[in-house]
Parts: sequence; C-alpha cells; structure tokens
Amino acid sequence: MRFILRRLGFYLIAFWASITLNFLLPRFMPGDPVSRMFARSQDRMQPEQIEALRKLLGVDDRPIWEQYVDYMHNIFTGQMGVSISRFPTPVTEVISAQIGWTLLLGGTALVIAAVVGNLLGILAAWRRGGAIDSALPPVLVFIGSFPYFWLAMGALYLFGVVLGWFPIRHAFTDGLEPGFTWEFIGDVGAHLVLPALTIVLVSIGGWMLGMRNTMIATNSEDYITMAEAKGLRPGRIMLRYAARNAMLPSVTSFGMGLGFVVGGALLTEVVFAYPGVGYQLLNAVQGLDYPLMQGLFLTITAAVLLANFLVDILYVRLDPRVRSN
Amino acid sequence: MATAILQQSGTTPGKTPAAKPKTKPNRSFVHGLATNKKALVGMAVMAVFIGLALLAPVLFPGDPSRITAMASLEPDADHWLGTTAKGQDVLALTVHGARSSLLVGLTVGFASTFIGILVGLASAYFGRFIDEALSLVTNVFLLLPGLPLLVILAAFLPPGLGTVILVLIITGWAGSARVLRSQALSIRSKDFVAAAVVSGERAGRIMFREILPNMASIVMGTLLACVVYGIGAQAGLEFLGLGDVSTVSWGNNLFWAGNEGALLTGSWWVFVPSGVCIALVAFALALINYAVDEVTNPRLRKIKTPRPATAETLAPIERSAAK
Repeated sequence: MRFILRRLGFYLIAFWASITLNFLLPRFMPGDPVSRMFARSQDRMQPEQIEALRKLLGVDDRPIWEQYVDYMHNIFTGQMGVSISRFPTPVTEVISAQIGWTLLLGGTALVIAAVVGNLLGILAAWRRGGAIDSALPPVLVFIGSFPYFWLAMGALYLFGVVLGWFPIRHAFTDGLEPGFTWEFIGDVGAHLVLPALTIVLVSIGGWMLGMRNTMIATNSEDYITMAEAKGLRPGRIMLRYAARNAMLPSVTSFGMGLGFVVGGALLTEVVFAYPGVGYQLLNAVQGLDYPLMQGLFLTITAAVLLANFLVDILYVRLDPRVRSN
Repeated sequence: MATAILQQSGTTPGKTPAAKPKTKPNRSFVHGLATNKKALVGMAVMAVFIGLALLAPVLFPGDPSRITAMASLEPDADHWLGTTAKGQDVLALTVHGARSSLLVGLTVGFASTFIGILVGLASAYFGRFIDEALSLVTNVFLLLPGLPLLVILAAFLPPGLGTVILVLIITGWAGSARVLRSQALSIRSKDFVAAAVVSGERAGRIMFREILPNMASIVMGTLLACVVYGIGAQAGLEFLGLGDVSTVSWGNNLFWAGNEGALLTGSWWVFVPSGVCIALVAFALALINYAVDEVTNPRLRKIKTPRPATAETLAPIERSAAK
C-alpha cells in the first residue's frame, strides 16, 4: 500500500509538472505566438470566446499567480477552450473524436509486437545459438537503426504505391458510412495493416532482446534444473517455469508501451495521414491552434501517467517482493 | 571530452588514477580498440561521414539547394543520385546534409551527456535530499512523452537550429542522467571514495577526479547513445517540418521529399540516401559502443564465444563466466 501511495504521489507531481509547463510555455515564449494566432482568427470569434482564450493562453494583465489558479481550475473542470483550426468545436470534443483511432492503431501494434516479440525471445533463449537466436537479433538491431518514419515511408512506397496492396492514407475510405458493418470493419482493417506493421517491425526487436536476456538468466536457476529432473515436458518448463519468471521486465515495458501508444504513434500517423491525436497535434501546431495543442499534450501526458500507474498496481499483484517491502 | 574519456578508460577501479602511470592501460585500451573489428568498421564509417561533412564545400561548392538540372531525373552519370522534384542535385544535398545532422547530433550528444554527468554525480555524491530531488526531476522528464513534448516545445520556440538543439537537449538528458546516477552510486560506495572523503578532498575533486574516471566506459556508451538519439530525433523533428526548413540536413531532405510527393511520383532516389545515411551513422556508433564494451569489460574480452559477442549476448557470457 505504501508503494502504491508513493507512486501515486509521484505521478501527481509529474502531472502537475506537465500542467505547469503548459501554463508557462505560452506566457514566457519570445515573439508572442498567441497574439499572432489572434490576429489570424480574430474576426471569426465572439468577444467572450476571445476573452476566454486570452485567459487560457496568458494574454492577460492579471498577476501571474491569479492566472495560475484560474488555469488549474479550468483544467480540472475540463474547460480547455475552443479549437481555432476547427472553430467553433471545443477542444475536448476534437480530442475525443480522435483518440479512438490512436488507441486502435497503437493498441493493435503494441499487442502484436509484445506477444510475437516475447514469444521469439522465449524461443531464442530456450534454444541458445539456434536459428532464431543467431539470425534475428542482428537483423532487428539493424532495422532499429533506421529512422522510424523513413521505414514507414518505404513501406508506404513499396506496398502502397508500387504494389498497391494496401490503402496509403486515412483510417477508412472516404465516403464510407462508419458503422458496425462487415464492409466498414474490413475497410478499417485494411487501412490499419501498413501503419501497424511498421510499428511492429521497429518495436519487436526490443521486446525480443529484453525477454531473451532475462530468460537466459532464469534458465540457470535451480528450479529449472529441478523441473528437468522431475521429468516435466520441455514445453511446460519453458513456458510455465522459465518464461513465467522472466515476465516481470516485459510487464514494465508493456506499461511504458501502453502510455506511449497515445503519443508515440505521432510519426506513423503523420506518414499515413491517420486521423489520431498525433496527426491532430501536428495539424494544431501547423495551424497555430494553441488551445488544441495544449489539450492534446495534456491528454497524452495523462494517458502515459495513467498507464504507468496501472502497471504499478499490476506489479504489486505479480511480484510479492514489492508487497512485503 | 571524448579523448579525455579514452585516456582515462584503462585505469582500474580502486586506484587513484593520478597515482598510476597512464601510458600502459592507455595503450592497451587503444590497442584493444584498434584490433577490434566492430570498432574498426564503426570508426571507418564515421570517419567517412565526418570527412564528407568537412569536405562538402570543396566537393560540392556553392549552395546545395540551388536548382541545377531538370526536375526528378533518375540517377545517371551527371547526377549520381538523381535530382529532386525542384531540380536540385540529391548527392549534393545529402553530402551537405551531413554537416548539420552531425553537428546537431554531436552537440546534443555532448550536452546531454554533460548534464547527465553533473546530475548523476551530484545525486550519487551528495545523496539524501539532493538525490531525492534530482531523481524526481529526472523521472518526471523520463515519463513525459518525448515526441509530443518535442513538438510542443518546437512549436512555441522561434524556429532555428539553436531551438532544435535546445529542445533535443531538454528531452534527451534524463535518460543519461538515470544511467550515470546508478553507476555513480555503486562507485560512491567503494572504499577509495570513502578514503578520499576522509582525507578531506573537495567535493568537486572527488566527483570528477575519483568517481568520474572509473565510470568512463559507461559515460562513453551514454555519449554514443545520446548522439544517435540526437541525430534521429533531429531528423524526426525536421521531417515534421518543425526544424529550420531553410538549412540543408538529412531530416529536411526527407521533409522536402515528403512535401514534394517524391513517394507518390515514385522518385525513390530522393528519399533513400538521407535515410540510409542516418541508419549507417546510427549503426556505426552502435558498433563502436559494443566494441568499447568488449574492450573495457574483461569478462567480455577473455571468454571465447562461438558467436561475436555483442551487447545482447552480454548476459549469457556473464553467466558462463560465473559457472
């Protein structure tokens, strides 16, 4: 329990830090970007909306601590202003419309990469020096050297443009009615293949090597020798004895991965014009849409922190050593 | 700084480096690197790129982004790597791009490692409250999502090369600080540090002359990782159009390639070279990193394995050594 509270305190501090960063950035940046934004879009807005945004972004004559208290209050009551580039939709509405796609893309890629990568790692560690163990790691490390977005562009060019196997942009075909029909689900699936595949390709190496290295250590434990002496089937020893005890670091990485699903897919979403929060963040930056930018950053941070906290709780469940301390 | 690390690396833990003649371990370290295949390949690749970056104004005089030929030419004898949709020579852009990419990568690498060293050493040496506070800050920075933070910072700061470097340092230092802190902590608890404290040496001297030289190989590894991070993250940032679009760098080349639809028109030669260059530099630095590991870690050096010992085979070797 103490462990959980300690972690919770840490995540709250981290969240406070990111809110404060969000508060300070528009107020102390040179060049006054906010005024530029207002100059561009003033004629479309109501006076009271302008007033609200001015307060949110710090074009304001009140003392700074008063602004700060006000800002905190707005954030925790979910008032993040209206989006400029999608005027007059509130920021929260824009984000909730997009986050589903990010979760779909990032979640699919994460689960596939984690499952396949861990299985490969288990096999590599179980048959050390075998085909999987000697051939795959160098290849995966080399693939990992390429900039991620460049691999995505390559895949898009090869499979999308040259071969034409998969659609190259957006989450579903324009004009198709969203709904739970086979046609729509199939279309979404086809659009998902390339972006998800490229994420899997670059992240699978980390999973595999991590699992392999931990499991090699567990393989030399006495209880493995004991299990062998008892005459258990090798498959059972591999999965239930060795792999199970080597899982803990992978669980931690899964939590980190879960958090970065929300923000880390940014480059993928940009290359494939996939309508998730990362793509929207870049659009917001290009459209000088500061309220939306701030809202997106806070959402992404909150997701990362939440995912990590959930993993901490899971950790207490999985690892008795944490509980006893 | 790199040379200082190289010179210090050979000294063994537990002895004050100043008390020992430096030539012998020094020579064995250099000798180790010079006979290590991975190190040689890695350093050769890096030497080629640094040479190209330095010689770029001689090899391709004038502004590389000026328009010299027809648009979207395939590679031929005049333009070895073809031309862009604007009619710029891709080879000239790639060679000139090495300048900015390597400069930013090295600057970011050295700066974030330096901050990491300061934070890590201070954390480990002073402990208690300072350690708690510094660790908290480090962990918060580690947890904040890096790429979105990069994008937000780049959006608010005025565009330019300085901004790119600053933003990359802000998001990049925390990782190295954590690694260096844990290593410094383990050295802090060694007897020779306690002896230095008792003999009344100043804090700065203990941190930089006693502790730091004994973690040289980790510092080197961190430095190389930070350089790789800097080059990759700069490319990503510029690819998103958030760098200084007027400079010629690998990331900007890819940004323009995407912007001009090089992929959709099938001009693969426009976007392949810059990406391959980034990958080669990253791979070369990774090779040097493995080699430094092998040379400085006696366990990795002595034992013969059927496969080349790289960082990912470190665990099995340690195990067989323990048996």
